[in-house]
Amino acid sequence: MSTLRQGSQAVAIEQDVVLARQTARKLSIECGLRLVDQTKLITAASELARNAVIYGGGGHMDWELLEDGARRGLRLIFRDDGPGIPDVKLAMTDGWTSGGGLGLGLTGARRLVDEFSLESAPGAGTRVTICKWT
Amino acid sequence: MERIPILRMGEFLLVTIQVDMHDQLAMTLQDDLSERISGTGARGVLIDISALDIVDSFIGRMIATISGLSKIMDAETVVVGMQPAVAITLVELGLTLPGVITALDVERGMRLLRDRLQSR
Repeated sequence: MSTLRQGSQAVAIEQDVVLARQTARKLSIECGLRLVDQTKLITAASELARNAVIYGGGGHMDWELLEDGARRGLRLIFRDDGPGIPDVKLAMTDGWTSGGGLGLGLTGARRLVDEFSLESAPGAGTRVTICKWT
Repeated sequence: MERIPILRMGEFLLVTIQVDMHDQLAMTLQDDLSERISGTGARGVLIDISALDIVDSFIGRMIATISGLSKIMDAETVVVGMQPAVAITLVELGLTLPGVITALDVERGMRLLRDRLQSR
């Protein structure tokens, strides 16, 4: 597997969520994802970018365009230095929220992508990696 | 301040969302719509989302809230024009928008609103 291109952008304020969506859209088109998969990945990116802003106090979205044989993929990493998630298992439960949301952001995002991983600890920030392949 | 325009068509209000909304803009639309329903006595609201290529949980919740609040203000809301890829994504996200009435396009949505108002 090789990385074709990579980059990073800040997701610090609410308007950055829109910019993160736009980057995810541009890259998923460039990656060659079909329309439904583009929509799923952009939606997942929107949820995770918002989480980084609201719960993480702002962070970054790193992106990588990948190639693995004939397949191409887009990997997005959302990382923040916020308070972290004390109970990752609980946070990955449908309908559970520590804020005022619907509790669908993390669990929903996981359902929308091919690969999902979450690393977090209290005081150590949060890092969510998602990937979708053609 | 940036705003989504709300057009009045007889006893209906028509909202066409044509921009990628940030969260505050969605909240403003929710407030503006409730004001307009109250101010105009509108009986129905049509929200055209055909230009939206994603609906995430925040926008989904806004749509459900508008639908719910219009109902208690004696107006029906119909959401029209959802793109197929958006519908698939919403269901997988876990957001099935219970209680939200939908139609494929503005014309059908308008007909649906008229029928529902007549039968009341």
